Amino acid sequence: MSEQNQAVHDRLAREYSAGFVTEIESETLPPGLDEDVVRAISAKKDEPSWMTDWRLDAFRRWRTMPEPNWAHVSFDPIDFEAISYFSAPRNKPKSLDEVDPELLRTYDKLGIPLHEREALAGVEKPQIAVDAVFDSVSIATTFKERLRDAGVIFCSIAEAMRDHPELVRKYLGTVVPVSDNFYAALNSAVFSDGSFVYVPKHTRCPMELSTYFRINAENTGQFERTLIVADEGSYVSYLEGCTAPMRDETQLHAAVVELVALEDAEIKYSTVQNWYPGDEQGRGGIYNFVTKRGACVGARSKISWTQVETGSAITWKYPSVVLRGDDSIGEFYSVALTHNAQQADTGTKMLHIGRNTKSTIVSKGISAGRSQNAYRGRVRMNPGATGARNHTRCDSLLIGDACGAHTFPYIESRNPSAVVEHEATTSKVSDDQLFLCAQRGIDPEKAVSMIVNGFCREVFRELPMEFAVEAGKLLEVSLEGAVG
Amino acid sequence: MLQIENLHVRTDGRDILQGVSLTVERGEVHAVMGPNGSGKSTLANVIAGRPGYEVTEGAVRFDGIDLLALEPEERAHHGVFLAFQYPVEIPGVSNMEFLKAALDSRNAAAGEEELSAIDFMRRARGAADRLDLNPEFLKRGVNEGFSGGEKKRNEILQMLLLEPTLAVLDETDSGLDIDALRIVAAGVNAYASPDNAVVLVTHYQRLLDHIVPDYVHVLVDGRIARTGDKALALELESNGYGWLADPAS
Ligand SMILES: Nc1ncnc2c1ncn2[C@@H]1O[C@H](COP(=O)(O)OP(=O)(O)O)[C@@H](O)[C@H]1O
Ligand SMILES: [Mg+2]
Repeated sequence: MSEQNQAVHDRLAREYSAGFVTEIESETLPPGLDEDVVRAISAKKDEPSWMTDWRLDAFRRWRTMPEPNWAHVSFDPIDFEAISYFSAPRNKPKSLDEVDPELLRTYDKLGIPLHEREALAGVEKPQIAVDAVFDSVSIATTFKERLRDAGVIFCSIAEAMRDHPELVRKYLGTVVPVSDNFYAALNSAVFSDGSFVYVPKHTRCPMELSTYFRINAENTGQFERTLIVADEGSYVSYLEGCTAPMRDETQLHAAVVELVALEDAEIKYSTVQNWYPGDEQGRGGIYNFVTKRGACVGARSKISWTQVETGSAITWKYPSVVLRGDDSIGEFYSVALTHNAQQADTGTKMLHIGRNTKSTIVSKGISAGRSQNAYRGRVRMNPGATGARNHTRCDSLLIGDACGAHTFPYIESRNPSAVVEHEATTSKVSDDQLFLCAQRGIDPEKAVSMIVNGFCREVFRELPMEFAVEAGKLLEVSLEGAVG
Repeated sequence: MLQIENLHVRTDGRDILQGVSLTVERGEVHAVMGPNGSGKSTLANVIAGRPGYEVTEGAVRFDGIDLLALEPEERAHHGVFLAFQYPVEIPGVSNMEFLKAALDSRNAAAGEEELSAIDFMRRARGAADRLDLNPEFLKRGVNEGFSGGEKKRNEILQMLLLEPTLAVLDETDSGLDIDALRIVAAGVNAYASPDNAVVLVTHYQRLLDHIVPDYVHVLVDGRIARTGDKALALELESNGYGWLADPAS
C-alpha cells in the first residue's frame, strides 16, 4: 500500500455525531416473541380485530420461514428471543406542544425541525413536513393542517388505522405480502409504527414529506411500516432519515415500505440512512434488514428510489419496483458507502410486467477499510413486457486494498422485444489523483471527499436540494481520515 | 529561490538522479532538457513531493526552507506548482469545483480570505479565455474526456489561477499542435515576471522558440551534463544528446 493510501486508512477512523443517547422514561415490553406479544402490541395500539388477526397470521407464517442466507454478508445468528419488540416514550404527546422537551432537544441536535415556524422574513427555506418516529412510536407529525387543506393525509400508521381504516385495509400488504420474506413477515407481525401518506387524485403534495427514524432504547428492535399511496395523477416527494446511538450490541431494524402509484401518479422516495455503523472492530451497529417495494399499478405511473446509505453494520436492502401499468417508469439511484467492518448487500429489483415499461438503475458503491460492498440487482422482463427497457449502470470505487466490491446482476428476459443494458466499472481512488490534489494544495481528506462526491454526482443530483447537501456532508464525515 | 544541491534520488531500487545541482532565482526561466528516461520527470516530481521517490543524498531548499521536509500540499501553499506530464482524470469533480478548492486551500494557508464565488468565476473565465478555452470547459470533470492538448492547457489554466512562485512545467509542450503551443507559450510568457520563476522540462527545442529560457540544462543519466543558454538547445537539436552521454568527454 502506498504511503498516501496508508494515511487515508489511518484517518478513516470516523466520527459518528448522532451517537448520543436520550435519557427518557420509556415503556418497553420484555424481550421475547410469541402470540401474546403480538396481541399485546396490537392491544397497545387499540387496533381493530382484523389487524390483530393480520399480525397473528404473519407471525405464524414467520415461524415457519427460514432466514435468508444468500446475501454476501456474515454475522452471528440473531437471537430473536433476546430482542424487545416494543419500546415507547412513557408520556405520549397529544399535540406538538406536548412533546417532551427532551425529545425536542434530541431532534434539534440531529438537525430535524419539529416546529412549524414560518420561514423567516426574507429567507425562503422550503418547508418540510416531518413525522418523527422515536423507537417504536411516532411522536409528532408537523404541518398536518396545511396538508389536510390540500387533501393530503400524512400521519403515523397507527393513527391511519384508526382514522382511515378503509385506506389502510385496502393497500397494506398489497405490495409486500405478509409472507414475502423472513424479515417482512416478522415486521408484519410486530410493526409498531411508521408513516402513512395518501395523496388524493390530481393533487401535487404542497411540500416535501419526511419521516425521521431514531432508535434510542437498548436491546429493542425497530420495525416500522410505511405505506404511501399516490392516487391518480398525483405527485409526492418523500424523504427518510435515520440515526441511532452508539452501542456495543447490535440492534435489529427490519422495516417495510410499500409504495402504490396509480394511473399517472409519481412517487419520489429518498433515503439518507445513517444508522450507527458499529466501531472500527465491527462491534455494535444496526442490522438494517429492510424490504422496500413500490408498485406502479397504473399506466404512466412512476416510482423513483434514491438512497444514500452510509450507516448500519449490515445493510440488506433492495428497493424495488413492480412495473405493472403500461408505460410506467421505475428508477433506482443508490450510493452505498461501507467502511471499517461494515457490510452492505444492496441493490434493486425491477419487474417489468406492462408494455413499454422503463427502468433505470444507477448504483455507486464505495468501499473503504475492511468493508464489503455488494450490488445485487434483478431485472425481469415478463412475457407481456413488450417494448420494455432497462438500463443499469453499476460503479464501484475502492479506497485501499483491504475492502471488497462485488456485483451480482441477474437478468431474466422472457420477451424478445425487451432491451436490457448493463454496464459495470470498478475503480480506485488512485495515488495519482490524490497527488494531483495535494500538488494543488488540497489536503488529502478534502481530496478524498471531493473524489468520492464526484463519483456519486449522478445520484446526488436526484436528491432534493437540501438532502443533497446533507448527503455530501455525510460522506465527508464518513470518510474522515480516509487519507493523510 | 530554489537551491538543489547534489540531489540523489532512488526509485524502485534504481538510482535515477545521481548528484543534480541547480539554482533558480526569481525572474528566471530555466529549461531542463535531456533524452527520454534521463530523470527529468523524476526531478520535477521530487521538487513537488510525489510519493514513491527516495532522496538518498542532497538537499532542496526553497527560500531557505527545507522543501523535502514538507508535505506536497504544504509545498503547494509555499508557491510550488507542477504542471503534470500526464494529467489524471477526476471523474465527476468539475474543473470549477477543483480549482475553487485549490484556490481556497491556498488562501486559507496564507491566512487570506476566501474568494467569493463571483470573483472566482470572473478569474476562472478570464484565465480560460486567455488560453482560448470555452468557458463550458470549466464545468466538465477534471481532465475527464479531455484531449491531450486540452489536458495540457488545463494545467496552464491552473497555473494562471494559482499564481505560483515556482512553476515546473513537465513536457507541457508534448501533444500540442502548433496553434495550441503558441497559446500555451503566450500564457506562460504573460505569467512569467520578476517575482516568479519557470522551469520548463522538455526534450524538444521547439517550445524554446516561443518561451526563451535564460538557462538551458541538459540532464543525461541523472546528472546535469551541461548548462548553457538558448544556443545549447539549438546545438542539441542538430547534434542530439549522444555527444554528452559520456561524463568523461
Ligand atoms: N515511479 C517510478 N517507478 C519506477 N521507475 C521510475 C519511476 N519514475 C521514473 N522511473 C524510471 O526512472 C527513469 C527516469 O524517468 P523519468 O524521470 O520519467 O525520465 P524523463 O522524464 O527524463 O523521461 C526511467 O528509467 C523511468 O523508467
Ligand atoms: Mg518525463
